[in-house]
Amino acid sequence: MLALQRKLFRDLWLIRSQVFAIAMVIAAGVGVCIMSLSTWKALELTKDTYYREYRFADVFASLKRAPLGEMQRIRAIDGVRAAQGRVISGANLHIPGFAEPITGLLSSLPQAHELNQLVLRRGRYPDPARSEEVLLSDALADAHRLNPGDQLAAVINGRYRTLRITGIALSPEHVYQIAPGAILPDFKRFGILWMPRRSLERARDMDGAFNDLVVQLSRDADQARVIREIDRLLMPYGGRGAYGREDQLSERFLREEFGQLKTMAYLFPLIFMAVAVFLLNVVIQRLVATQRENIAALKAFGYHDREIFRHYAELVAVIASIGILLGIALGTWLGKGLSNIYMEYYRFPFLLFSLPLDVLLLVCPLALLAALGGSWRAVKGAADLPPAQAMRGELPVDYKASWLEKVGVTRRLRPDTRMVVRYLERQPRRALIAIAGLSLATAIMMVGSFQMDAANFMVHVHFDVTQREDVQLGFTEPVAQKALGSLRNIEGVRYLEGYRSVPVRLRNRQFHERINIQGLQTDAQLQKVLDIEFRELRLPPAGLLLSERLAQNLRVRVGDLLQVEVLEQGQQKVQIPVAAITQQFFGMSAYMNVDALNRVMQEGRTFSGALLQLEPGTEEGVYRELLDMPRVAGIGVRQAMLNSFNDILERSLLTFTFINTILGGVIATGVVYNTARIAFSERARELASLRVLGYRQGEVAYVLLAELGILTLLAIPIGFVIGHHLCAFLASQLQSDLFRVPLVLESRTYAMSALVIVVSSLLSGWYLWEKVRGLDLVEVLKTRE
Amino acid sequence: MAKPVYSGGRHFQSRLTCITENRWRLTDHSYNANVWNAGMVHMDREQVFHAEGLTKVYPMGDLEVKALRGIDLDLYRGELVVLLGASGSGKSTLLNILGGLDSASSGEAWYCGDSITSASLETLTEFRRRHVGFIFQFYNLIPSLTAQENVAIVTDIAANPMPPLEALKLVGMEARANHFPAQLSGGEQQRVAIARAIAKRPEVLLCDEPTGALDSRTGVVVLQALERVNRELGTTTVVITHNVAVRAMADRVIEMTDGQISSVYVNPDKKTPAEISW
Repeated sequence: MLALQRKLFRDLWLIRSQVFAIAMVIAAGVGVCIMSLSTWKALELTKDTYYREYRFADVFASLKRAPLGEMQRIRAIDGVRAAQGRVISGANLHIPGFAEPITGLLSSLPQAHELNQLVLRRGRYPDPARSEEVLLSDALADAHRLNPGDQLAAVINGRYRTLRITGIALSPEHVYQIAPGAILPDFKRFGILWMPRRSLERARDMDGAFNDLVVQLSRDADQARVIREIDRLLMPYGGRGAYGREDQLSERFLREEFGQLKTMAYLFPLIFMAVAVFLLNVVIQRLVATQRENIAALKAFGYHDREIFRHYAELVAVIASIGILLGIALGTWLGKGLSNIYMEYYRFPFLLFSLPLDVLLLVCPLALLAALGGSWRAVKGAADLPPAQAMRGELPVDYKASWLEKVGVTRRLRPDTRMVVRYLERQPRRALIAIAGLSLATAIMMVGSFQMDAANFMVHVHFDVTQREDVQLGFTEPVAQKALGSLRNIEGVRYLEGYRSVPVRLRNRQFHERINIQGLQTDAQLQKVLDIEFRELRLPPAGLLLSERLAQNLRVRVGDLLQVEVLEQGQQKVQIPVAAITQQFFGMSAYMNVDALNRVMQEGRTFSGALLQLEPGTEEGVYRELLDMPRVAGIGVRQAMLNSFNDILERSLLTFTFINTILGGVIATGVVYNTARIAFSERARELASLRVLGYRQGEVAYVLLAELGILTLLAIPIGFVIGHHLCAFLASQLQSDLFRVPLVLESRTYAMSALVIVVSSLLSGWYLWEKVRGLDLVEVLKTRE
Repeated sequence: MAKPVYSGGRHFQSRLTCITENRWRLTDHSYNANVWNAGMVHMDREQVFHAEGLTKVYPMGDLEVKALRGIDLDLYRGELVVLLGASGSGKSTLLNILGGLDSASSGEAWYCGDSITSASLETLTEFRRRHVGFIFQFYNLIPSLTAQENVAIVTDIAANPMPPLEALKLVGMEARANHFPAQLSGGEQQRVAIARAIAKRPEVLLCDEPTGALDSRTGVVVLQALERVNRELGTTTVVITHNVAVRAMADRVIEMTDGQISSVYVNPDKKTPAEISW
C-alpha cells in the first residue's frame, strides 16, 4: 500500500465519528431509496407474474342478463382470444358471532383453463353437485378465522342460505379487496365467495344466462375496438359498458397505490441525499482546512494537483461507500419488511422479492456521484491550494466593529457574548452553512410526520364533515320513494335520506371517466358536498358537481358541457353542464340534484340506496333487520369504515412514515453533531487561549454553546418554511385518482421537528462541554503561530 | 546573451538530467557582471540556480508589501549556502520561488538553465517532484503516518529513491521508524523531515528555518544530518536561518535585508555542526 493510501485510512480512522455520522446520513438516503424501490419493484413483479400465471382478463363488462348463446358472438369478435360469461351477485353475509353487516360478492367458479384462475390456499374446490359449498376469499377468512368446514349465512337474491366453506382462495381479480363504492379495503366486512356455476345460476335465477363478462385479448388486439363491439352486442341485454383492465377496480387501486409508492421511492431519497451531499461538502471543506499544511507539504514534494484531488476524492468515496453498503443492507431489510406489510393488504399468493440489480446499478453510482459532486468544491479547493499559500496557514479573519455594534446594540454585551456575535457576523458564510444544514434537518423531520397530519385531516373532513350517516345501504334494484317507508319503520332509525346512484361514462372530447353520479336531495343532511374552500355547497337544481380531480381528468371547468352516457337501462346520452367543483380527498365523485338525475333517467322519484342515522345502542338490531330485507344489497357502517381506515393507516402509512422519521432524525442528528464538531475544532486554539487566560470551563463552553444555540434558534423557523414547501411539493406529487393529499401541518409536527433538533443540539452541546473540559492547553498553544 | 528558453516539461526534464551527467559544463552566464559573482571561488563550478531581478509583491488590502526588491543570485552545485536575515527580510519568499512553490512578480530565475519563473504549474510540480527536497521549520510531517511512512510518501513518487529506512538511517532515526510524529520529539521530527527530503536523492535541498523550533543541542543534531547529506550526497543545500551561529558551517553566507541581498560572505574555514552552539 502506498503511503498516501495509508494516510487515507488513518485520516478516516481519526475522523471516524464524523465518517460514521456522514455514512449514516448516506445510508439513510440509500436505505430509503432501496427500501422503496425494491418494495415497489417486488410488488410490480409479483403483480405481473400473478396476472400472467393466473390468466387475469383484459376486458370486463357487466350487464343485466344475456343468454349464454351470446358468448359465441363475443368470442367471434376480432381480437378476442378467450371470453367467459359469468354470474356475479351481491350478497349480505352473516358470520356467527359478528353482528355487523358484511358485504359479499358471489362469483361463479372459473373452470380449469378459464380466465381469472383462483389460487386455492387451503381445503378443496366445491362439489358442483352440492349447492351449499363455496370457496371463500382469504382476507375475510383470516379476519374471522374461518376455515374449510365452517359455515356462514348469506342473503342471496332475497333468500337466506346457509353455506359451507370447502376452501380458502385468492383471485387476481381481487388483489385489492375492496367493496364496490368503498374507499379502502375492510377485510372484516367484505368478502368474495365462489360457487359452482350451476348453484349460483339457480340461486340468482340465471339458468343458461350470464350477467358478467371477462375477456382475454390476443396480442395485437385493438382494445378500444373490442370494447365498442362488446358494448354493441351487450346493449340489448342491459350492458353497463365494457372497460379495460386499467379501469378494473382492484387493478386501478393497485396502479394508483404503486404509483404513489414509486413517487415516494424517488422523492424521499432525493431529499435525503441532498442533505447528505450538503453535509459532506461542509465536512470535507473543514477537513481540508485542517490539512492545509499537509497538502502544502505534499505539493512541495511534487505531488500533482490531480494526485491531491484523487486522494481527497478517495476519502469521500470511501465514506460514501461505507454509507452505500450500510444503506443496501438497511434498505433490503426494510424493503422486505415493508413488502410483507403491503402483502397484508394486497392479497397476492406469493411475493417475488429480490434486491433488484437495476436498482443497485442506479442507486449506488448515483449516491457515489452525488457524494463526489457534493464535495467537489472542497476537494477541488484542496487540490488548487497554491503550495506557498497553504504553508502560511489561514490568514486571521479581518474583524472590525460590526454594524450591530455601530448601532450600539452590543455595547452592553459581555466580551464573551460579543465574541459570539462577532464570530457569527464576520463569518456569515460559515454561519449560513450551519443554519442551512440545521434547517434542512428540521425540514426533513417535518416531511416525515406531514403525511400523518394530512391523513388525519382527510379522515376528519370525510367522516366528520361530509359523511354524517351511521349506515349506508344499497338496494338490489332502484326503488320508488315509498319503499323508503319500510326503512323508516325499523326501530332505531332516527332519520334517513334516499340517494340515487347511476353508473355513467362522462366524456369531454377524448377524455372520459366511468363513474357513478350520486343524486342527492337538495336539503341532504347526511351527505354534505363541500366547495373548494371547504364550505358547504347547496345543491343547485340542475347541473353536475364534479370533484376537483375528476374535473381535471376530464379537462372541464364550471359552465362546460359534459357528455353523459348512462350505463344502466335506458342508455341515455345527454349533455349536462358542470355547475360546480367540489372538494374531496378520497376518490372522485360526481353529484347531482336527485330530481334532476331522475329526470335524466326518465323515472319518477327513485332511489338506489339510503343513508341512515340511528339511535345510539340500536345498531345491532337495525343491522339484523336490514340484512333480512330482500331488497337490501349491501350495508356500509361508517364507524367500521373509520376503524378500518385508521387500522390501515397505522399499519402501512405509519410504518413508512415511522421509518422516514427515524431516518430523518438520523440526518438531523448528523447535521447538528457535525456543526458542533466543526465549531469546536475551528476555535480550539482560541478557546484554549481563553482557558489559559483564566476563563473557567463554563465560561469557555458558553462561547461555543451560545453560538450553537443561536444557530439552532435561527435555523428552526427557516426549517419550518423549507419544510412547509417540501411538504407542499410532496402533497402535489402524491395526488392520484384515489387520494388528494391536502397540505396540512399540525402544530405538533412543527413542535416534533423542532424538538428533535433541539435535543440533537443539547446532546451535541454536551459533547462540546466534554471537549472543552478535555482541551489540552499546552498542546493547542504549542502548534504554530 | 542567450537566455535559455523553456519549451515544455519533457524538454525541461531531459535538460536537467543531461546537466547532471555533465557535472562541470560551463554555463554561458558570463554576461553577469553581478558583484556577487565577481571573484567567486566557485566560478568554475556548475551553476544550479541563477536569478535576475527577482521581485515579489504581496497585495495586502489596499497596501502592497514588497517582499523581494530585485534579487540577483547564483547557487552552485554541492555548496552549502546559509541565507541569513531578520524576520520579514524575504528569505522564505526567495526560497519558495527557487523551489517552485511560489511565483515571482517580476524578474527571472533558472534552474540548470531552464526558467522557473515562466514554467507552468504542472512543470513546477514535476521540478519539485524530481529535483527538490524541502525541509520546513514546523517539520510538516503528516500526523497520521509513521516516520517511515512519512518518508515513503516521497519515495512513492520519486524516480530513483533510496529505501525509506536507509534515509532514516542517514539521519540516525532508523530505530524510531515505526513511531508516529506525535511520539517523536521536535528534533526527531525534524530529522525525519530531513530523511523525507533527501530520500528521493534531490539535486537541491531547501531548508526553511530547520532548527527554528529546536533547542541548541537538538538543533546541532539536525544540522549534522544536513551537513552529512550535503557532504556524502553532494546535494546543493540552502539553509534559511536567523540564527547567526549557523553561518559557521556554510560554504557561503548570503545576508538579506528588506527584500534585498545586503552581503555575501565566502566562509574560508567551514566548521562542523558539532563545533557550533548557540
